[in-house]
Amino acid sequence: MQRIGVFVCHCGTNIAATVDVKAVAEALSHEPGVVISQDYQYMCSESGQNLIKDAIKEHSLTGVVVCSCSPRMHENTFRKAAAAAGLNPYLVEIANIREQCSWIHKDIATATEKAVILGRAAVAKVHLNAPLTAGESPVVKRALVIGGGIAGIQTALDIAEAGFDVDIVEKEPTIGGKMAQIDKTFPTLDCAACILTPKMVECSQNERIHIHSFSEITDVKGFVGNFTVTIKKKARFVDETKCTGCGLCTEKCPMKKVPNEFNMGLDNRTAVYIPFAQAVPKVATIDPNYCLMLKTGKCGVCSKVCSVGAIDYKQTDKLVEEKYGAIVVATGFNPIKIDKYEEFAYSQSPDVVTSLELERLMNAAGPNGGTLLRPSDKTHPHTIVFVQCVGSRCDDEKGKPYCSKICCMYTAKHAMLIREKYPDTDVYVFYIDVRTPGKNFDEFYRRAVEQYGVHYIKGMVGKVTPRSDGKLEVQASDLLANEQLHIDADMVVLAAAIEPDKSARPLATMLTTQMDTNDFFTEAHPKLRPVESATAGIFLSGACQGPKDIPETVAQASAAAAKAIGLLCKNSITCNPCVAHSDELMCNGCSSCEKVCPYGAITYIDKEFRMPDRTTRIRRVASVNPAVCQGCGACTVACPSGAMDLNGFSNSQIMAEVDAICK
Amino acid sequence: METFTYYPGCTLRTKAKDLDKYARSSAAVLGISLEEPDEWQCCGGAYTTAANEPATKLSAVRTLNAARELGRPLITVCSACHNVIKQTNYDISRNESMRNKVKNYLGLEEAYTGETQIYHYLEMLRDVVGFDKLAEKVVNPLKGKKIAAYYGCLLLRPSKAMAMDDPENPSIMEDFIRAIGGTPVIWSQRNECCGGYITMEDKVQAAKRSNIVMKNAEDMGAEMVITACPLCLYNLKKNSDSKLPVFYFTELLAEALGVKEDAVNE
Repeated sequence: MQRIGVFVCHCGTNIAATVDVKAVAEALSHEPGVVISQDYQYMCSESGQNLIKDAIKEHSLTGVVVCSCSPRMHENTFRKAAAAAGLNPYLVEIANIREQCSWIHKDIATATEKAVILGRAAVAKVHLNAPLTAGESPVVKRALVIGGGIAGIQTALDIAEAGFDVDIVEKEPTIGGKMAQIDKTFPTLDCAACILTPKMVECSQNERIHIHSFSEITDVKGFVGNFTVTIKKKARFVDETKCTGCGLCTEKCPMKKVPNEFNMGLDNRTAVYIPFAQAVPKVATIDPNYCLMLKTGKCGVCSKVCSVGAIDYKQTDKLVEEKYGAIVVATGFNPIKIDKYEEFAYSQSPDVVTSLELERLMNAAGPNGGTLLRPSDKTHPHTIVFVQCVGSRCDDEKGKPYCSKICCMYTAKHAMLIREKYPDTDVYVFYIDVRTPGKNFDEFYRRAVEQYGVHYIKGMVGKVTPRSDGKLEVQASDLLANEQLHIDADMVVLAAAIEPDKSARPLATMLTTQMDTNDFFTEAHPKLRPVESATAGIFLSGACQGPKDIPETVAQASAAAAKAIGLLCKNSITCNPCVAHSDELMCNGCSSCEKVCPYGAITYIDKEFRMPDRTTRIRRVASVNPAVCQGCGACTVACPSGAMDLNGFSNSQIMAEVDAICK
Repeated sequence: METFTYYPGCTLRTKAKDLDKYARSSAAVLGISLEEPDEWQCCGGAYTTAANEPATKLSAVRTLNAARELGRPLITVCSACHNVIKQTNYDISRNESMRNKVKNYLGLEEAYTGETQIYHYLEMLRDVVGFDKLAEKVVNPLKGKKIAAYYGCLLLRPSKAMAMDDPENPSIMEDFIRAIGGTPVIWSQRNECCGGYITMEDKVQAAKRSNIVMKNAEDMGAEMVITACPLCLYNLKKNSDSKLPVFYFTELLAEALGVKEDAVNE
């Protein structure tokens, strides 16, 4: 005979205000097997837990039902309490009467009735609970960082510093990411390259860091502590181990008209190229879309000039398989394409540029060697108009609903730098709101206005009309003065919204992590677990989780590293015992379960069975690897013969709950 | 020969006869047969934008229902008629109560639910004939002519309902100009307002608007401006100081196809 204890939590007023907790405890005390039913103000508190522990001992309980918040909050707390009192922790069931009841109902009578039903279902289930023992699985002491921008670099450095091996997988030929393209950084105006490139060099020199540049993730298997990842090393047609980065091939390459993506297409590079002077690894890459040898078979100049014989036109993509204990996602962001915002004439005039293009135009390694010149005629611009929120805070599907967060600050930076360097240039900034929270941020913006005389105008630009004399006629509204403005500008700079990198969504599918509707990775808890994904062992670093500036990105990168280190420090982790198992006598080997298993946990074995007529027969039956199974239950639903069952959530337990609810 | 239901609209029988006659003479060469429904009426004019008033939808639905009964897609050519008819079709396909009210007003046996497919003449050229096929039929290419395509507001907006082209960065008229052998001018005022009906109230304002448009076309080197809208043509010609000629796109089409002389007024 079962001896079940029921414990109903008030959660202060969270539950008690909408659910009559005393009535729930009373109603559940009449359920079969229930020997004690109590309510208490805070069941999760020390004294609340003691209440449960004492009851287990005093009444020799064989099962516990706690009617409280979501099991995501305190299931672990109550399981530990039960274990401390000598009861198997998997004999504890939670009835969620907060998130799924008191918080969503207003009427006390309805909510109380529902709470009783939820409690009754949990009691029915706990009758069938079996004690389970969690196994352990070892942790591979190596981390994978996906993305080699400042987020990935910082995370990798921190993990390596703690003494663990870490691999960076970067899809471009060099690490460095967006920060490498930025000229100066706010709010201190120090040069981005000067603070970034030492970190890049550190990555290449640290023995514990291994950079897979020009590589992509193609497959992820396994689970926390034990991921198996397939990395595609894309053919760069240059042997990385031989290339010295001397750059002779890039000088001699005859194909010189390839748009240079590092300079946002504002100048050209050669078909064989090193993205920029401080690239890491400093290895050339051949662009097969433009290389004459690869396209037509006629050229081969780079191979002739290379003194170390590093050029290899026959190189193909290579797949490498590696094992990792933890994975950190740092896939970063991109500015959106602004072709839907042609009112700003971006495609009509080369003098209408995005902010990232302006970074390159102002950078010493950019197309103009650091002198700000109009792209159209290389003259000095005397009037520049900045337009903020191009695609940010947008209320239709043309743009993004969110604030891109970094634009107000970098626009203030651009405006200030231009006024500092070219005091004869008038700078206008059109804004919806100026948002500059952050340490020394608002002071920075005010300096742009007060000290540098940048004209900040609240209002939006409606139309940019390029004229044949090279001027850009800007029509805008000044909302504070309530008037229409017409400005003849030499350049217009658009602060394009930022969005997650396109590689993020397929990656999220491989990692079985969640994303929001904007394709930003979702953190496990928006306040309390901001750098972990909901999938164990997967951590989030930088702008892949939401728009961020550099200081915030670096902070989050280090936080993600700390979390990954915490995991890698463990020799083994406790497994979830709620895994699937197959009743071999019922299994007919149809493979339905194998097809639906997202973790590849099911294999088939040929097993000898004794038949009723005393003969033996070899039958093909499903076998679950409990270390790989995540207990999702997909196989139990797919199995046509009912052979698959899930520990802790067996078919009979679920049906008992349904029966109790429908009673 | 593919047959379509053709809706000219009232202006094409009065002020904008050129838009109509060249549309019809060109269609004949392109293998398109245009058949007007019996007793077509006003498209509904500017009143249909009143979202909640069924009376403003009746005229347009009468035309749309006639096209449904004839079982053929509907072709329009006047920008304003196209806008009114297409917007009404869009609204009524999404609003059941409006659908029923209109059905009761018009005494329709079956409610009109937006079944008719509507092509603006330009869309017909792009999607039915194909600009590449059109280019093959051109006998007098407008070689070297720098032509500014003027969209105005009605062809493109509201973009969800009109669904013709990108409202800020359209290309359909530029592609049309290329197909007839001309060179499209890139200019930014092409989708801005010509002044519209304000010309009836305030000539100064109307002149200001049409001058901004024409000045930009002139400045960017256009030799002529083309439009699909009778009101735009009127405003750009009468209210601006520009000497730049403004034509209906159908006139250039007929010229390129060598059927300008064949065109007769209906």
